[in-house]
Amino acid sequence: MHRIFIMTATVAALALAGAVSGLAMADDISGAGATFPYPVYAKWAEAYKQKTGIGMNYQSIGSGGGIKQIEASTVTFGASDKPLEPADLKQNGLVQWPQIIGGVVPVVNIPGIKPGDLVLDGATVASIYLGEISRWNDPAIKKLNPSLPLPKLDIAPIYRSDGSGTNFLFTNYLSQVSPAFSKTIGANTSVQWPVGIGAKGNEGVANQTAQTSGAIGYVEYAYVKQTNMTYAKLINHDGKTVAPEARTFQAAAANADWERAQGYYLILTNQPGAASWPLTGASFILMHADGKDPNTAPALKFFDWAFKSGQPLAESLDYVPLPANVLKLVEKTWQDSLKVNGSPIWPAK
Amino acid sequence: MSAVTIPYQLQLRREARSEYIFRFMTMAAALLVLALLAGVLLALLYGGWPALRTFRFGFLTTTIWNPVTEQFGALAPLYGTVITSLLAMLLAVPLAFGIAIFLTETCPLWLRSPISTCIELLAAVPSIVFGIWGLFVLAPVLQHTVQPWLIDTLGDVPGIGKLFRGPPYGIGLMTAGFVLAVMVLPFITSVMREIFLATPRSLKEAAYGLGATQWEVIWDVVLPNARAGAVGGIMLGLGRALGETMAVTFVVGNAHRISGSLLAPGTTISASIANEFTEAVGKLYTSSLIALGLLLFVLTFVIIAAARLLLLRLEARGAQV
Amino acid sequence: MSSNLRRRRVTAAIALGASGVATLLGLAILAAILWTLFSRGLGGLSWQVFTQTTPAPGSSGGLINAIYGSLVMTLLGLAIGAPIGILAATYLSEYGRGAKLSTVIRFINDVLLSAPSIVIGLFVYTLVVLSMGHFSAIAGAISLGIIVIPVTVRTAEDMLRLIPSSMRQASAGLGAQPWRTITSVVYPAARSGLLTGVLLALARISGETAPLLFTALNNQFWSAKLNQPMANLPVVIFQFATSPYKNWQSLAWTGALLITLFVLVLSILARLISNLFGTGESRIE
Repeated sequence: MHRIFIMTATVAALALAGAVSGLAMADDISGAGATFPYPVYAKWAEAYKQKTGIGMNYQSIGSGGGIKQIEASTVTFGASDKPLEPADLKQNGLVQWPQIIGGVVPVVNIPGIKPGDLVLDGATVASIYLGEISRWNDPAIKKLNPSLPLPKLDIAPIYRSDGSGTNFLFTNYLSQVSPAFSKTIGANTSVQWPVGIGAKGNEGVANQTAQTSGAIGYVEYAYVKQTNMTYAKLINHDGKTVAPEARTFQAAAANADWERAQGYYLILTNQPGAASWPLTGASFILMHADGKDPNTAPALKFFDWAFKSGQPLAESLDYVPLPANVLKLVEKTWQDSLKVNGSPIWPAK
Repeated sequence: MSAVTIPYQLQLRREARSEYIFRFMTMAAALLVLALLAGVLLALLYGGWPALRTFRFGFLTTTIWNPVTEQFGALAPLYGTVITSLLAMLLAVPLAFGIAIFLTETCPLWLRSPISTCIELLAAVPSIVFGIWGLFVLAPVLQHTVQPWLIDTLGDVPGIGKLFRGPPYGIGLMTAGFVLAVMVLPFITSVMREIFLATPRSLKEAAYGLGATQWEVIWDVVLPNARAGAVGGIMLGLGRALGETMAVTFVVGNAHRISGSLLAPGTTISASIANEFTEAVGKLYTSSLIALGLLLFVLTFVIIAAARLLLLRLEARGAQV
Repeated sequence: MSSNLRRRRVTAAIALGASGVATLLGLAILAAILWTLFSRGLGGLSWQVFTQTTPAPGSSGGLINAIYGSLVMTLLGLAIGAPIGILAATYLSEYGRGAKLSTVIRFINDVLLSAPSIVIGLFVYTLVVLSMGHFSAIAGAISLGIIVIPVTVRTAEDMLRLIPSSMRQASAGLGAQPWRTITSVVYPAARSGLLTGVLLALARISGETAPLLFTALNNQFWSAKLNQPMANLPVVIFQFATSPYKNWQSLAWTGALLITLFVLVLSILARLISNLFGTGESRIE
């Protein structure tokens, strides 16, 4: 009896101590969503916390999850690689803006093949994921890589098993370049794949591809860079072979007309331009247009800091910062469209 | 009344009130157990209702799992759950049986306690550890050695060959089955061991007196006597395997497909929920996942209920003898 | 020796040999898992793990926020579930023994015991997270508490039943009400057994991941607030192990090693207590 009492008292004391110590600190800003920008958001959060002491707790549960959580108002902001259409934004009372630009990269695990050796094009990748091409020494792949020693190895396509904007970008591009893909699978954050293995998050796909011999997957470039994965080059809209890097992502984003895009709804895949990377995309932040969350203004301060001071960190991970004119547009959007309990919150006091 | 009896009567009344409160508290706690089950069931029904109403019985018979067209079917997760659990039982039961026999018959007395402690330590390993061990250690081994061997030797055998076709991914239904087998092994072993130990000595000694070998005593005397408990233990192990989440999620391959081969990736109900719930957008998608949870709950309920009833009935019969 | 007898002897030898092989296989698997844990997790064990919070990819860090979060939520879950479990077991063993209601409750309890923990997580998500409006440590603690209840009911009832009725009758003979008997005689006598049950429940929930996925979520930073998402070891392991970053994978293995050691120590402790102190019966007589 005494033991139970002592134990309960200890626990209560612990919890109380924890709660009291927590009261002194401000709430962490909470966000959830896309795994695409996760490495850079986490790096920004770490630096921001060191500078200001305010934590930005971001959980990368997938774009679908981010949309779901912000709609349920269980987080301060959501993050999605697939922009919501203006009609959806209006219906849910959300405001969206692009925060960072990056690229999705096909990665492979073939013995003897090094990063940048393999060249693929959209149609071939589509055929692989449709199950039409099943071995690495298939003539279609050989045609694009005449001098590469491709083994007689089964292809293991790895796809995203969770709802993700990366998935959306990938399937969006493949649907544009392959009518068969568009008809059978389609473009969305979560689709039904006829072959292959599913893995969770960019992290899961990267990990699974590295573990499975003969695998092909698609991940955000930061993951490729951080872990030295074997990436493949792609043949773009203009027929040129391009490698994934900040330069080619920037080339694709350079022509984007953000000003005219309502709700910033713009998809950067398959852009024209000799140096454009076909699988470029922006990652978006979602917030309530008129919400109740007291953390909204602190969150905006964080994003503002990220825009102005976070560039070097982002570039070190090969993300592409937004052009300066877009920054101005975004801050104007904050000023005009974001409110908390009816009153505007930007510029912050 | 004297000055002594008044406080005594007060004390009696106080005791009676304390008794009432305490008894009420225990009863409330006991009823809470019932309320919990009812609550879980109701919450799942409520959440899964939109999906069940939309798809009706078709929910159980289709493998389509398409968030784009909002068509969902439970057949692939259901198939995966049943197959991985069956595979786990096929591997674990004979192994557990062997270990239980060893520990109760052949093992030298001084080794019995340490070895049985070791086997029970396997039960203490958290399921997520099994998951990452399966992904990082078991899967590569299976991919590079066991699976190619299986494909080469058994893949072309007519009949069961279909079970061993396809590229060796390393992860898939088979790996999930292996990991589950390791997880339920200690559980079934300890149940069987206890039951074997509970065999009446007189029965065994009578058999020995008739000249039976050690194996014959086990097979013809101990086992039949232990049948009820063994079956009960196996079914409880099965219940555990059906609901296991973390160990399976890492290694099952996450594919909403039924392909007939054990080497193929698949999915189980709990793995689907764990992977997709936080991201499911749209009422029907979320509801379908909750409906899956309801399905799993009902499935485990039926298995556990059957196991318990079987145990009760055979216990009663045993008492008559 | 007749060939029949020889055949039977050979069969027996083979069967018993096979059982030895089975045991070796079981032990080998345990050794393989422990070996993997130690070889991959021990290397990452350092003071940093216990003093720094979980890092961003590529940065250095530790697990202290996850360790703290796990401790708080499991202890809180235990504080919620164990008393309820023991009280319910008291009803089953003392007040309701033999009653039809008790059989039903025991049966329902066994069903809950084997219920998939992910279903419990879904339940608490709809009940607590959605109504609170955010993920929180308290939701995580509640889901762990719900898992503790049936485990505790089962072990506590078994322990309470072991106390001989002679002790209860003696107490009643002295004029004690049932509640007085239970709290002053039965509970102290069953003390070690109850403690064992609580330790086993603690071991069980320490490794649970699925219920925390939708309730406590996770937190990159130190958080001690009960109404906010809180870091915890199982979800951190889940996230880090499936990532492609070496520093994260290393921390995941270290975390796995820590949890396994914790649970192993608890299990051994529970065993020791039940062996050393036994039941009330052996102590009195």
